Amino acid sequence: MSADPVAELTAFARSLREAGVTADASRVVAAAGALDHVDVLDRHQVYWTTRLTLCSEPDDLPRFDAAFAEWFGDRPSPAAVESTVQIPGRAGSSGDGAAARVERVAATALETLRTRDVAALTAAERAEVRRLIALLAPSVGTRRSVRRRPGGRAGVDPVRTMRTMLRAGGEPIVLARWRRREKPRRLVLLVDVSGSMAPYADWLLLFAHAAVRVRPFATEAFTVGTRLTRVTRALRLRDPDAALQAAAQTVPDWSGGTRLGESLQAFLDRWGQRGAARGAVVVIFSDGWERGGAELLGQQAARLRRLAHAVVWVNPHKGKEGFTPETAGMLAALPYVDALLAGHTVATLADLAAVMRTI
Amino acid sequence: MSYPEFGDIPALAAALDAAGYLPDEGVATAAYLAIRMRRPLLLEGDPGVGKTALAQALADVVGAELVRLPCYEGIDASQALYDWDFPRQLLHLRAAEGGGDERSVYDRRFLIARPILRALELSPAVLLVDEIDRADDEFEAFLLEVLADNAVTIPELGTIRPAEPPIVVLTSNRTRELHDALKRRCLYHWVSHPDLEREVEIIRRHEPEVADRLARQVAAGVAAMRAAGLVKPPGIAEAIDWATALRLLGATELTPPAVRATLGALLKYREDQVTAERDVLPGLLARLP
Repeated sequence: MSADPVAELTAFARSLREAGVTADASRVVAAAGALDHVDVLDRHQVYWTTRLTLCSEPDDLPRFDAAFAEWFGDRPSPAAVESTVQIPGRAGSSGDGAAARVERVAATALETLRTRDVAALTAAERAEVRRLIALLAPSVGTRRSVRRRPGGRAGVDPVRTMRTMLRAGGEPIVLARWRRREKPRRLVLLVDVSGSMAPYADWLLLFAHAAVRVRPFATEAFTVGTRLTRVTRALRLRDPDAALQAAAQTVPDWSGGTRLGESLQAFLDRWGQRGAARGAVVVIFSDGWERGGAELLGQQAARLRRLAHAVVWVNPHKGKEGFTPETAGMLAALPYVDALLAGHTVATLADLAAVMRTI
Repeated sequence: MSYPEFGDIPALAAALDAAGYLPDEGVATAAYLAIRMRRPLLLEGDPGVGKTALAQALADVVGAELVRLPCYEGIDASQALYDWDFPRQLLHLRAAEGGGDERSVYDRRFLIARPILRALELSPAVLLVDEIDRADDEFEAFLLEVLADNAVTIPELGTIRPAEPPIVVLTSNRTRELHDALKRRCLYHWVSHPDLEREVEIIRRHEPEVADRLARQVAAGVAAMRAAGLVKPPGIAEAIDWATALRLLGATELTPPAVRATLGALLKYREDQVTAERDVLPGLLARLP
């Protein structure tokens, strides 16, 4: 680090914030404090110390590594979240690893990483759609939780009974009882933003925004396409325009290809299986166009069905006359879907909201 | 009593190593800063990468007791902090009937110390808040209050403030996102799977009777499984279990029959076993070190 470490640290944190890492002031103060305890001439120690204090989630780590490399030269540790593991030893194994890497690079190059232009909607349209969709206030029902609350007739609550006895000098005058508490059921929205869904993506994200606004902490929203992107945080913004703008900046694969099976697998691996999909209502917005094999999509849909409370598939083409679910992806996933709905107009979105409420 | 100071990161790494936990550079730095800065350490990572084991090793290294607070849905202050022992209070009231002082039922001896209070009273202690993501988000706000003050106020008794605040380790499996207010207070470390050499060493530590060659093969096999996109990639605990199973069956190296007989120690999903037998094992067995 240079002569004035604090100034350099502040500038570094600013570049991190530009890259999307929440390196706010209090974290910078913590980093400055932490650097006091380590050897600032040792790049490894500086790397780990700043990473420990400035990052706060796994998504931050690749951004941090890139920014660190830019500022201080090559990052000393390749510790990424998904590390490529190679089997050392015999000849040929390293060749396999290299081939896999080339494949991955090629796949990335295939993605059309375009950033979506939200301004494509006219202001009048946007205002009207926003008003109508916000009125839907989509949400799902409740589930019984293991938590108890006072009242009801379910059973005797010994602790509270004892407490009232204490007040009455040890006589059990009133039996305190409890009842089960209801909790909002989790809702997960997966919005396909690939090229074939482009005319609907805005509408659907607005719908997702309305849902997130109703229950910000029981709702998760993701976009799927060539990759999985979590947009819940962006959609928590109050203003629909600002939320859509923020979401558009987060999503790298607007109007790209579709690898629905892989995206769904990524969702289940990183979020779904750990809890986000367990007992949740999962709504998938997609036309089922699948560039990858439909077999993977079928497997993952089955896996999703085992975790979720209900799976709703929204296909904009369903509302059109003569629709039969004939895209390969749609056919593969159909056996695991509880309801197949349209959702290409505000009216059909209202139907969807009604179905979600009763599920 | 205060915690022993470690001069630098390698010194702490060596101490952790001696306590049976092999830290990499990141974990050692995280533990070092957690001790020096008295800042809670938030550990995230795949299940089975040794998040809980680190807390135990840290407790051994600083010579403090490990107090564990396992979180679950619906946990509240009376299970995490303290609770009054109502039956004993009642008995006390009955015994002292007539001449008893009503206030005497709110005495320290009628207080049940739950993990957080116990950690504060023990001092020095390492408080492990395990799987904080399983608790409700209201609980986070409550935890934040305790962590900010390092003190607990009991209305009937007063404030309990230890001379030396405990070292706090929080773990999360990311089933939901934690609030930023809590994260801001913590050092954040993502614990990744160990590299091959480290994993071999860990296996050999836990299973000293396993030959070096087999340990290497097990580590390579586990690494290949992790790269194969399974539903539940095996963690370190599974790797050790696998090595144990192989040793008990008298295997000295990975052979197709030995692997088939012991695969259940490593992979716990039917789909994963099928995938592994079809995609991973043929290639793996052909190029073992």
